[in-house]
Parts: sequence; structure tokens; C-alpha cells
Amino acid sequence: MIGFAFRRLLQAGAVMFVVALISFSLFRHVGDPVNQMVGVETSTEQREALREQLGLNDPMPLQFVRFLGNAARFDFGTSYQFRQPVADLFAKRIPATLELAFTSALLALAVGVPMGVYAGLRRETVLARLFLSLSLVGISLPTFFLGMLLIYIFAVSLQWLPSFGRGDVVDLGGWWTTGFLTVSGLKALVLPAITLALYQMTLIMRLVRAEILEVVRADFIRFARARGLPDRLVYFRHALKNTLVPVVTITGLQLGSIIAFATITETVFQWPGMGLLFLQAVQNVDIPIMAAYLMLTGLLFVTINFIVDILYFLIDPRLRASA
Amino acid sequence: MMLRRLVLAASLAAGLAANVAIPVSAQAETMKFAYQGAVNQLDPYSLNESFSLSMLANVYEGLVRRNAQLELEPALAERWEILSPTHWRFYLRKGVKFHNGNEFNADDVVFSAARVRSKGSDLGKRIDESARIEVVDPYTVDFLLDAPNPILHAEWETWFIMDKEWTEANNAVAVTSASDTTVNFAGLNANGTGPFRITSHESGVRTVFEPYAGWWDVALHNLTRVEFTPIASDATRVAALLSGELDLVYPVPVQDIKRVNETAGTRALIGPELRTVYLGMDQRRSELLFSSVKGKNPFQDVRVRKALYQAIDIEAIRAKVMRGMSTPTALLISPYLFGRASEIERFAYDPAAAKALLTEAGYPDGFELVMDCPNDRYVNDEAICQAVAQMLTKVGVKTTVNAMPKAKYFARILPSGGFETSFFLLGWTPGSLDSWNVLENLTSCRDDAGKGGAFNIGGYCNPASDALVKEIMAENDPVRRDELIFRAFALQHQDVAHIPLHQQGLAWGVSDRMVVAQRADDTLLFRYITKN
Repeated sequence: MIGFAFRRLLQAGAVMFVVALISFSLFRHVGDPVNQMVGVETSTEQREALREQLGLNDPMPLQFVRFLGNAARFDFGTSYQFRQPVADLFAKRIPATLELAFTSALLALAVGVPMGVYAGLRRETVLARLFLSLSLVGISLPTFFLGMLLIYIFAVSLQWLPSFGRGDVVDLGGWWTTGFLTVSGLKALVLPAITLALYQMTLIMRLVRAEILEVVRADFIRFARARGLPDRLVYFRHALKNTLVPVVTITGLQLGSIIAFATITETVFQWPGMGLLFLQAVQNVDIPIMAAYLMLTGLLFVTINFIVDILYFLIDPRLRASA
Repeated sequence: MMLRRLVLAASLAAGLAANVAIPVSAQAETMKFAYQGAVNQLDPYSLNESFSLSMLANVYEGLVRRNAQLELEPALAERWEILSPTHWRFYLRKGVKFHNGNEFNADDVVFSAARVRSKGSDLGKRIDESARIEVVDPYTVDFLLDAPNPILHAEWETWFIMDKEWTEANNAVAVTSASDTTVNFAGLNANGTGPFRITSHESGVRTVFEPYAGWWDVALHNLTRVEFTPIASDATRVAALLSGELDLVYPVPVQDIKRVNETAGTRALIGPELRTVYLGMDQRRSELLFSSVKGKNPFQDVRVRKALYQAIDIEAIRAKVMRGMSTPTALLISPYLFGRASEIERFAYDPAAAKALLTEAGYPDGFELVMDCPNDRYVNDEAICQAVAQMLTKVGVKTTVNAMPKAKYFARILPSGGFETSFFLLGWTPGSLDSWNVLENLTSCRDDAGKGGAFNIGGYCNPASDALVKEIMAENDPVRRDELIFRAFALQHQDVAHIPLHQQGLAWGVSDRMVVAQRADDTLLFRYITKN
């Protein structure tokens, strides 16, 4: 067990190193940060001095080592645009992103699983076919388009819901802000959460449907039926339970991507989370924010994968034997 | 003026009404608005960027300010005199208080002059480097210059006066320079003398302003609160106006203007902007970096430059690409900023003449050319380049557009990137609203490192023009000065130093409840806004 975990940890370290290398080399190609940091009248000499101070003139390997050293200590320096420590900016933005991500994940599960079960058990019905074709739309519709569509229907035409922002937020203890406790905060959450959830929802629905189709053919279901158990018990106690293992795994992994890739949704709805911060950083060559975001995203995925690996190891005896 | 009178009349009427004991609803008028960018930080000296400064202009004030028509008027200085061409005297307004209650006086001016020129400040050019500032008495300050400068105060609307005591008490004397790792108190808090105070500021999320009751001037607005949210996505910004959530948004993309006007309750405010968009050609290198012509530089031949100029159908660009939202120009400066601009006319659009000029210059079959272009900087920048490329290709100059985000674009074409371009598109607004700024920055001779006209990317160089620019700097007589400016622009027009295209349009979307003054420099001043 210890050996297995250690090997996985080493691999995780290697992945993080590659992420760092790739993101570092990307920064060389996004443009000159100095131009975004000063006004047009700043002289060439002053720009050069600034470049020197920021260490942009040092040899590449030295810059990379410095970047790695700082990243390892979670010190991402000061944002070029905001002149504030990146860690502070992230701390302010994380609640918005996490609240949106968890709401979306819950929504995706709460709607996706029942739809999947229904489509799997009653696959010949009109409703099941409708679900299936709807899911196709959900998978193929680009996020920004869906977001704009929802804004035009629910914000501009019907004027039921706000088109941007997070509404009023409540400060909890100074380190977390929540939109869950105000009416405007909850209203503001609806459209972005749907936008972000739709893809996951359709993914989960199709997955559950496929699993159900698989499981209802399994011997233990047939035996249960033969034993005379009522359908309700067969489907919901035995069949559904057995389909949920892969669903939970996928959902866990998808949660990572919901958090990491909420950028588009956050931009469409001007949701003040990390994704929006990141996208603006890219436009303004704010390297410290970009670096921190990419490293954190890398860390998030590596951590989730690590946990999943360990869980598999605990659940699946075959892995233990080979280890 | 009209507006001011109307509002005065209205407030008088309101006053009368109050006297006869009808409760006048001191209606709480909150204005919510959005802009495409954010107010990143609040230190008025750390970034020379027009939007942030325009927001801070509601909070801080300079010795002078500009009104809705961009005319200079007294602000913290009641009046000023030019005692001699190199000696200016400013009489400060008495009884002005900063938002924290501190008294404003000459010490604050001296302190602000030192701070704005200190290391780390990005607005050091607001005051001549050599200028000495002397306190005559607590409400009189002298500026002593080494050389005459008739436009000394032209950019002082955004040289904001800070409170010496407040800045020192909060350890914020050093300006947060772009490379600093410490957070400066003045970067997160503001303390000006202006009509509004900042009551809450979350970088990149929301900034809240409230009127300052102790303002020295008569408040003409009726706002009790202003909420600013940056909304980067064009479609979302417009949607938020149409849905009634916001009272004002800017900029509105040209393709959405019709929609904003057609929706009940909202309208688009459009007007010419000061920024001039123009094309530049590399005239410095002996061989172009990105063209098929080897061993020589076709742009060193004035006939080729003129051929390109005449090949461009500026009316088509105005009508099709800009949807009517542009004013074609022959000069690098807006007619609003230079009264005699209309005396110079664009060379006519004439593809046949362009072909003839190219043949005469030895390029009967034209040549290949790469055009560098930003795609997120100016109104429809990439579309303009695409249109120009097609027009040039029609007369034989096969042009390929290389469009890129501004961050990459400026890294390439500016001095730091070694002026790496052969043909480019650029926009320029003179910070001082004066022609000299344009002539100096965009047209003075430069060397390969950018010494001289640092933004003269094409490297145009005519000593006769440079001599005029020097004369303009030292000329105090306005008529004579305008004559010199006119001669410089006329010379450059004959040289086809650049291909000026147009002044792009401003477009703001506002709710019908708003009465707003739209300034041609895209500045939103809350003091000119009323909400009904």
C-alpha cells in the first residue's frame, strides 16, 4: 500500500513538473507583459528597467528554476494588473467558482440520473427518445451560445433573472462570501449553473442509461426477477445501485473539470470567479495569475486522480495483488 | 451650458416646492453601469491608462479640469497667470477639503508634483522634468520651467492632487510600480477632493461610488450611488442594458447599435471619438522584413506610399466595416483638437491612379506584403485590415493580414519588439489633446532603438518636419503656433508619411431615464449625469 501510494505520488510530481514546464513555455508566447503594465508614454529606458526588475531578461533556465521554486512554495507573486498578491485575489474569487461548480454538479446529478434511469428502463417510450435527442443537443451546444440564449430568453425577454454577476453576497467570517443566502444571489446562480451543468447532465444521463441497459441484462437481475421481487425493488435497489459505481467516479472527475473549465460560463455571465480572472489575465499577459491558475488546475486534477487511484486500490482486490 | 441652466431651474423649482412644505422625494438615484475593462487599482499615478484615470477623475481632481466639451476650466486652482513664458502662477481654491476632512493647500500640490515624478510613477510626463515648484503662500504656487511650454497644464486634468498627510500616514508615498511585490494602501483606497467617494472597491468585480457632501462645487447630478461592474463580454454587456439591469454600458459594439435603439427604454449615444486610426509603412529599413521585394524598400518611394493611399476606398470602410460610425480623416489628429484640420483633404480614392503610380515607381505587377494588425484593440480593427488588404490586392499589392491580440501585437511593433513590421495599423489619442503630442511621438525622426519619436513605428523622417515640431514646442502665440502645426501636417501629407484612415466612433448604450454628457475622449463623468 505504502509503496503503491509512493509510486503514484512520484508520478503526480512528474505530472506537475510537466504542467509547470508547459505553462512556463506558454508565457513566452502570449506577448510582452511590460506593454500591458505601463502607459504609452513610458520611455524605452523605463520599460527596459522594468523588464530587468521583473527578471524577464534573465536566461530562460534561470527564470524557470525561479518559477519552480516559487510555485513549490505556493508563492505566485503579485498580479501585474491588480498589483495585489495573486494568493489574495484567488482567495477572493474561489468562493464564487466553487459555489457555481457544486451547484452545477448537484443539478447535473439530480436531473441526469433520473433521466438516465428512465431512458434505460423505458427505452422504447417517446419520452425516452426525447431525452436522448435532447442530450445530443446538450453535448453539442457550445457553452457560450447556450449562455447567451438563456440570457436573451430569461434576462432580456422575460426579465426574470439577472444576466450577469453574482447578486448580493453575504460575507461569512471574512474568508468566504456566499450567494446562497440572498434572493438576488440565488437568482443570479440559476442561469450560469444551468449553462455549466447541461453538458455534465447529458453526459451523466447517457452514462446511467448505458449502465442500466447493461445491468438489467445481468444474471442477478434475472434471478431477482425470477425470485418474484417487485420491479421497484429490482430496479432501484439492485440495478441502480450497481450502475452508480462508474457514475460516481465520472462525476468526481468531472467536478474537477467543472471547476477548472468554468472559464467560458464565467465570462459569459461576468461571474466573478477564478475562470474570469484567468481569462482576463490571458488578455493582459498577467503571467503571475496565469501561472498560478494553471498550476492550481494541474494540482486539482492530480489530486483527484490520486485519490481515485487510492480508492480503487482499496476497493479492488486485483490491484492489491498486482502491487 | 443649456443643461446646467435647465438643472439649475429644476433645482430652483424643487427648492420652491420644498418651501411650501410639499415633501420633495429626495429620490435615491442609483446608477449602475458597465464598461468592458476594469478599474484594476486606485493609485492615480501607477498606470497611465485612460479608463482607470477617467474613473478616478470622479474621485480625485487636478488643478484644472475639462468640462463636457473638453474645454479646460479651473478646478483646484481658481485661476492662473503666465508671468513669463517660463513662469506660471497658480492660485489655489480655498476651503477645499479632501474626503477624509483634511484641508487642501499648497503642500499637497508640491507633494503631488514630487510623487507623480517619482520612481514607479507612470505619469511622470504630466509635469516637465525640469519644472521647479515653489510655494509663494499656502494658496499660491509657482511653476518655474527651463523652457517655455504653452501646454504645461493641458494634461493636468489627470494629474490628480493627493493629500500629503493621508498618503504619508498610510505609508503610500512610494508609487506602487509595476514590478513591486508589496501592496500599496493608495492602490486599494482613495482620498480625493472630487464629487464622489469610493465606498467599496473589489478589483475587477465591483466599485461603488457615493457623492461627497463636502464637495466645493455645486453638484449638478442627482445620483446618490454609482455602481460600476466590468463586463468583458460584449453580448452580456448589451443584454444587461436591454434587460434594464444597467442604466449605462459602454462601449456598445457597432453591430448592436440598431438593436439598442430599437428596444424600448434604451438608446445609443454615438459621437466621434478623438482617436485617429491610421496605417503606417516601414520607411526606415533598406529592405522590408515582410514583402516580396528584395534589396530595396518600396516604401521609401513616395509614389508607392501614395499609391497605397489612393487604393483605399475610405468611404467603403466607413459604410461597410464601420457601419457609418467613423469620420474619415486626412490628418493624424481629430478636427476637434486642431481647428485647421479641415484645410487638408484626403487624396482621392483612385485605383487607376494608384496603379499608374506603382508602374511609374517600377512595380507594374505590384508586390507581396504582410500587414500586421491587432484584433482586440480598436473598433473592428481586424475587419478594417481585411478590407484594406483586399483593396490593395486589387491594385496589385498582394496583401496578407497577420492579425493578433494586442498583447502580442504591441510586443512586436513597439520599440521593445524592434519595430518588427512592414505595414501596420495603429490608433492614437494625444493625451494632452494637442497636436504637438502627435507630431512628436508619431512623426519625429528616430533611431533603431526608438530614440526620438518612440511611436514613429514606420520610421518616417523629414528634418524639415522635425524643425517645425521643435518650433511648435517653444511657440506661445496660439495663432502662430497653429500655423506651424498646419505646416507640419501639410508637409507630412505631401510626404504621405502615414495613411490616416478615420476617427472611430464612440457608442454608449443608455437607459432613457438617463441624461448623460458624452465626452469625445470616452470619459464618463458622474457630475454631468442625471437620472429621471
